[in-house]
Amino acid sequence: MANAALATTGPRTGPSTGRLATVAIIILLVLVALPRIVDPYQTVLVTYGLAMAIAALGFNLLLGYTGLLSFGHSAYFGAGAYTVAFITRDLAVQSMELCILGGLIGACVVAALFGFVCVRHTRIFFGILTLALSQVLWSLAFKFFWVTGGTDGIRVAYAKLTLLGGMINFAGPGSYQRFVFAYYYYVLAVFAIAAVVMWVIVHSPFGKALQAIRDNEVRAGFVGIPVRRYRWIAFIISGTFTGIAGVLWVPLNGLTTPDILYWPFSGELVFMTVLGGFRNFTGPIVGAVLFNYLKTYAVASSEYWQLLLGVVLVALVLVLPSGVVGTFARLGRRFARRQ
Amino acid sequence: MNLLETVHLKRYFGDTRAVDDVSLSVAEGEFVSLVGPNGAGKTSLVNVVSAYLKADSGTILFRGADLTHASVTDRVKAGIARSFQIVNLFDDLSAFDNVALAIFSRQGKTVNLMALAHLDRDVTAEADHVLAQFNLSAKRSELARDLAQGERKLLDVALAYALRPKLLFLDEPTSGVSTRDKGQIMDTIASVVRGEGITAVIVEHDMDVVFKYSDRIVVMHQGAILAQGTPDEIRKNEQVAMILIGSADAFARKD
Repeated sequence: MANAALATTGPRTGPSTGRLATVAIIILLVLVALPRIVDPYQTVLVTYGLAMAIAALGFNLLLGYTGLLSFGHSAYFGAGAYTVAFITRDLAVQSMELCILGGLIGACVVAALFGFVCVRHTRIFFGILTLALSQVLWSLAFKFFWVTGGTDGIRVAYAKLTLLGGMINFAGPGSYQRFVFAYYYYVLAVFAIAAVVMWVIVHSPFGKALQAIRDNEVRAGFVGIPVRRYRWIAFIISGTFTGIAGVLWVPLNGLTTPDILYWPFSGELVFMTVLGGFRNFTGPIVGAVLFNYLKTYAVASSEYWQLLLGVVLVALVLVLPSGVVGTFARLGRRFARRQ
Repeated sequence: MNLLETVHLKRYFGDTRAVDDVSLSVAEGEFVSLVGPNGAGKTSLVNVVSAYLKADSGTILFRGADLTHASVTDRVKAGIARSFQIVNLFDDLSAFDNVALAIFSRQGKTVNLMALAHLDRDVTAEADHVLAQFNLSAKRSELARDLAQGERKLLDVALAYALRPKLLFLDEPTSGVSTRDKGQIMDTIASVVRGEGITAVIVEHDMDVVFKYSDRIVVMHQGAILAQGTPDEIRKNEQVAMILIGSADAFARKD
């Protein structure tokens, strides 16, 4: 009987897992083939994009699914990145897996502390609190130069790192080419795992509870959901994902500086997510990759690149408020109805 | 033992006595209607008992336990659920997900973040059953925001009902819908509530509805309980008719 009910009702019963998996596998295959098709520079750009996509996925758990706009996610990205910088410099850690573990713990702790304070409020108060706390971290990184290197930052040399428990290292000649190639796949793998984990989270009973809190926090309380505690958990997960992105970003950049803790970087995360569309699971992923290209080419083509990005942002909000993915999804549905 | 007992419950808003020394008992399995003119304190009383508002003084006993200072979630856990006069739904979730969420919450499954919600067969079956009980099966996949007002009212009640409460407060479940839909909605609600033996306290203005479904009617006026009794007793009470309708023999003439 349940099956009959499922068959007669429309597509919104649950996510159409089969079709989704097919599309995901096709995209994954294209991404796997990519470094063999494009030149190493493009490969590096996509690697950056994928790392940022993990950050945006985390950010959107709060914005799209819990209804909280954080303006301080640079803090968790930076917590991940600086943790890696510290443990490679001070503890001589070389294994990338240990770096991920360390960054994960670092970002998780910072997110738990900051989140505990922030989730006491919502809307603009929440946003301002996240912003203020991220600025605290920034000023610490900026001023305590004997620990953090100040504006010089801390170097994290890719050549000293090893992947997969030491199986892959980058000593010797031609190592940068090998790093670019291997690291692309490494980031792709972490991204794929992160995307699947996040997908499961937002489709879990917990994820549904977050969406309920987003839609109507009063009623969520009256169906027995501990609203504040769930917001806190969402905040920690969100910050941790963004922290992992910071971990993966450091070896690519070769250096971590206070810039990634500064508020404009939080703004970039918001930008990416709005660019892709925060009402869709894939929106932040597409947004992050697109934004990375947009920024790279804007910087390359004009010294007024911020102006260029600003124009795009204004156009986006006015013309495509549901983002690139949201707009395409709507056009797709309209097209499907016409058929 | 009474299921619910409020002892000298008070809630003031400045000089306004919204709930003024209300001592009300509700027995298990009863269907009680709260009636009274606008501003009589019916919704305020429901709000205080369901923890939407804090009590200024007095005690709320539920199955003998003192819940006066318990949080919303603790009261829900204890078995008190409510619907809302102004519909309170999860607008961007489907009707199914709205009900399923209440069931997940009741079963303590919302802590689970590594399982897919739609693969939980128990919850899916129960949510579909609840939707069927409230005649909402056809709207299963529609977003709550896209439902008609009458359907939204029913879904609001279904959400509270899906928590399998021991005591269900219904705050004007038929307000804002057409007269034709009103009867249908009340029949649906009454059949579900009666069928499952749930204790219900309903705030309602429509006296036809009140007389038809109630075991007991509690009349409130200016924050206090003015009178209570069976529908027949209330029908004969001229003071009540005067306050509610403005004419002493208003109910008598209808017969």
